[in-house]
Amino acid sequence: MANKTVVTAEPSKQELFITREFDAPRELLFKAHTDPDLYIKWVGPKDMTMTIEKWECYEGGSYKFTHERGGHKYAFFGVNHEIAAPERIIGTFEFDGLPERGHVILGTTKFEDLPGGRSRIVHQSVFQSVADRDGMIQSGMESGVNDGYEKLDELLAEKLAAGKGA
Amino acid sequence: MDTFTALAEPTRRSILEMLAASGNLSATDIYKRFKTTPPAISQHLKVLREAKLVRVERRAQKRIYYVNPEPMQELEKWIKQFAANMEERYQALDAVLEAEKARLSKSKD
Repeated sequence: MANKTVVTAEPSKQELFITREFDAPRELLFKAHTDPDLYIKWVGPKDMTMTIEKWECYEGGSYKFTHERGGHKYAFFGVNHEIAAPERIIGTFEFDGLPERGHVILGTTKFEDLPGGRSRIVHQSVFQSVADRDGMIQSGMESGVNDGYEKLDELLAEKLAAGKGA
Repeated sequence: MDTFTALAEPTRRSILEMLAASGNLSATDIYKRFKTTPPAISQHLKVLREAKLVRVERRAQKRIYYVNPEPMQELEKWIKQFAANMEERYQALDAVLEAEKARLSKSKD
């Protein structure tokens, strides 16, 4: 069974949703979001070096991590508003690579239990403006930096083929 | 102005919906459907033209408006690309979860 990432971003809204199912219980999924040793293994793009500089995984704690490639370093940081194991994480998110500070995103990630030892992520990002949201979608920032369009085209083709087969 | 910003305004979305429903409308037809003044609607049409969400054909004295679907498809493309990026990341997470499951079941034995 293929677990498919679904991104919903309606025109002219300030939010986007990401959902996906996983073949693991939600406790584990939650752990992969809160344990820095696990988090670092999957969040960064493959061709970049990720470093966690700060990781205060509790309410009011803050975090900062960087992605580095070819001498360029990008930082992502924010504050944890709620860490409710194993069901919910709420916090802010900001990227220092933008031309100006202050474009903060409020993220809510819910971890839902599914039968058969499976689980689902439902993530909502709320942006300060429609332009902020669209800018992020267009830059692909959420996943770091695009690995190049060719690879992406292949991936899209695979996804489309898989979608048709289903 | 980009597609998203052009779409953010309710009057402009109404205009697009009308055009999509009717196939095409003259500028005058569009003006008639709103209580707002023609210059205000004209301004919205200008934004829609600049964002390439509509195209215009001139017929005699009339300007006929059509929906141009391409920018919408562009938007869909970006979202798909974004989803593909997220999927790549979640596949890495799948691997992390599998490794954790294996490690945990081992430690139980």
